[in-house]
Amino acid sequence: MNLILAYLTDPAHWQGSGGIPARVLEHLIYTLVTLLVAAAIGVPLGLWVGHTGRGRWAVVNLVNGMRSVPTLGLLFVAVLVLGPRIRGDLAFVVPSILVLVVLAVPPILAGAYAGVDAVDPLARDAAKAMGMSSREVLFGVELPCALPLLFGGLRSAALQVVATATIAAAVSVGGLGRLLIDGQAVRDYGQMAAGAVLVAALALAVDLVFALVQRVAISPGLVPARRRPIDRKNPTPANPVA
Amino acid sequence: MTWFLDHLAQVGGLLVTHAYLAVVPLVVGLALAVPLGWLATRFPRLYTPLITASGLLYTIPSLALFVLMPLVLGLGILNPLNVIVALTLYTVALLVRTVADGLSSVPEQVRQAATAMGIGPVRRFVTVELPLAVPVIAAGLRVAAVSNVSIVSVAALIGIAQLGSLFTDGFARDFLDPIVVGIVACIVLALILDLAIVALARAVTPWLRGGRAG
Amino acid sequence: MIRFSDVRKTYPDGTVAVDGLTLEAPTGQITVLVGPSGCGKTTSLRMINKMIEPTSGSITVDGRDISGMNADELRRGMGYVIQSGGLFPHRTVLDNIATVPLLLGVPKTQARASAMELLERMGLSTSLAKRYPNQLSGGQQQRVGVARALAADPPIMLMDEPFSAVDPQVREQLQDEFLRLQGELGKTIVFVTHDIDEAVKLGDQVAVLRVGGTLAQLASPERLLADPADDFVADFLGRDRGYRGLAFAPGGSVPIGTEPTVVLGTSSDAARSVASGAAWLLIVDEAGAPVGWVEPARLGARVERSDLHRGGTVARASGSLRAALDAALSAPSRRGVLTDDAGRLIGTVSAHDVLAAIEGAGGSADGTPASSNGDGAP
Repeated sequence: MNLILAYLTDPAHWQGSGGIPARVLEHLIYTLVTLLVAAAIGVPLGLWVGHTGRGRWAVVNLVNGMRSVPTLGLLFVAVLVLGPRIRGDLAFVVPSILVLVVLAVPPILAGAYAGVDAVDPLARDAAKAMGMSSREVLFGVELPCALPLLFGGLRSAALQVVATATIAAAVSVGGLGRLLIDGQAVRDYGQMAAGAVLVAALALAVDLVFALVQRVAISPGLVPARRRPIDRKNPTPANPVA
Repeated sequence: MTWFLDHLAQVGGLLVTHAYLAVVPLVVGLALAVPLGWLATRFPRLYTPLITASGLLYTIPSLALFVLMPLVLGLGILNPLNVIVALTLYTVALLVRTVADGLSSVPEQVRQAATAMGIGPVRRFVTVELPLAVPVIAAGLRVAAVSNVSIVSVAALIGIAQLGSLFTDGFARDFLDPIVVGIVACIVLALILDLAIVALARAVTPWLRGGRAG
Repeated sequence: MIRFSDVRKTYPDGTVAVDGLTLEAPTGQITVLVGPSGCGKTTSLRMINKMIEPTSGSITVDGRDISGMNADELRRGMGYVIQSGGLFPHRTVLDNIATVPLLLGVPKTQARASAMELLERMGLSTSLAKRYPNQLSGGQQQRVGVARALAADPPIMLMDEPFSAVDPQVREQLQDEFLRLQGELGKTIVFVTHDIDEAVKLGDQVAVLRVGGTLAQLASPERLLADPADDFVADFLGRDRGYRGLAFAPGGSVPIGTEPTVVLGTSSDAARSVASGAAWLLIVDEAGAPVGWVEPARLGARVERSDLHRGGTVARASGSLRAALDAALSAPSRRGVLTDDAGRLIGTVSAHDVLAAIEGAGGSADGTPASSNGDGAP
């Protein structure tokens, strides 16, 4: 404990390009870039699969299959194979981001697909029968109704990316993982543990941000039957909605 | 391929360790998650705190948890027990929710019928509710097993030997073969565990087999 | 007018859903398609708005063949109501109702204002406007579903089992409101149900379909009950057909007797003297509405609410013979209570007089002589 506090309270560790704020920023940039790219691929693809019903089988298997691929191994292969073809610092960053994207797409894709798939068929049917075009059904009904599960997918992708970006420090990219990997190299347990605490805090913070965004973005009508404030004196709700 | 054949014994040894590090947490985690999941369904007041706590636990990146474990357990950083405990935590975090959902998926009529026949709560749990929740729990267990295999390899970064060591060694020597072999071995191990769980779940739920009807 | 001409629908797996259907749904009337599951009633309905394309045959709306029309435009001109509403969970009640007007390009404020009016018209509180569907009861959702279909004031309404997902009491209420609304709006309605009682109650004409998608009989409800075309239709109509057919026989011809009454709260001595020895005495409230029967011999000091026998149903004098007969059969005095449309007592009828009226009308097609075995509710 004291080792962690000692590391975190040393002002020297909060300055410069290797300082904690810079590392946090790097970590956030990797995460954000990855999520944007992964969402740009996964969301339209997932919506398309959900809307047309084509390729469901592929989605389910892709998600399950990707889970069994060890991320660390994938990261090393990407850097060894792609690194030499890219010049400068990007030799490590680009392959790493690529692997992060590959990991982040399946949960986002699955979330978007499952979200559209879970839309009440009666609502979809009614939308069509009222004369909505295929586009209007997708953007007016299916997408907004898919948001809860779509956000679920984005959220787990974000956590996955934060965790894997930490590991990516092993292939010489920046981010908070540096504290852990560099600490390991010089047997500085204080630095490693401080890095671990910071990474955990960052993950929790990212999750919290997602929870807040979700609350604003999702229609209250899609939140499962809100629990009424329980009357302490009379715990059985007086007149439950049938 | 030649590298693989030359290092068969080494890969085999790492595979066994890897399997051990992945499976022990799975078994211990399941054993802990069942009573916790039961508590969460039995006492609705406990549901939200238990689910929230396991959710938070699950957000902690694996490398961070591996590094922090020695601090919590007071063990040396190279002790494999750190990895086992960390993975057990993940497994419990994942399965508490699954077990709770599985138990609450048991139809209320079945529960009441069992009670009406005079089956006590403990006996009812073991003989009626738990068996009926098996399919849901097995689905969660499959996810946990496959993720455990992948996460164990990360422990190579803090120096704990298993298939992940093939990644770090290969990378350090700029040599692809061991990395590819390691990846394939990990996938094969995950697949075997997955199939084993499916087979086990099938074996204990004979009522779900046969007849296409329903 | 919607016209089916020899319409057939065959699915790729060989199932024949609709087979040679020829049918007219007249403008301004309710045509009910009824039949067991697998009779193609929903398929037929969904072919009208091109949700399903017929394999052969043609469907015309006001003389225009729909096969050449743009599906989305066609649909926007037809209200569509389905079981449990099919409401959009992510939109408020008001925005659900305003859906089609907004699709048609009506300005938002205007669409919402008319949605608000419709909400009231459907008997829903305007306080529900900002709620979401999952905060409504089943009956409320169903009403919003109807309001949504009516929002663009389409001349045609297609309704697929719109009232089957709610409990019987609410269903009856929704049916009554629906008929009242149709009285005001006069839409051309095609209504699908599996419930023959609902078909008979709501339809201006009823089409009974049999499994395999063929039309077994197309007739007015009276005609259907009086003269089923074959065994299938007769079976499907079920028992008590004669009694149910009385629902379509006007009750005006039955002689109405005056009934001595006292007001609730009258002293029992006064009540006994009014009853002058009769076993049962009718009690009314201050407004003259009947509230129940009492036995004068068993009264305490005054006529109290607790003394009332509530077995008797009350029929409107302008209602059907069925209601009058039920009122007579259900009253402990065997005298059926009749009221005017405002609910005030007019007098009573005896079962004997009602039966005499039925036999007097026996030569007409309406209703066969009653062989009642107790279809309780009027």
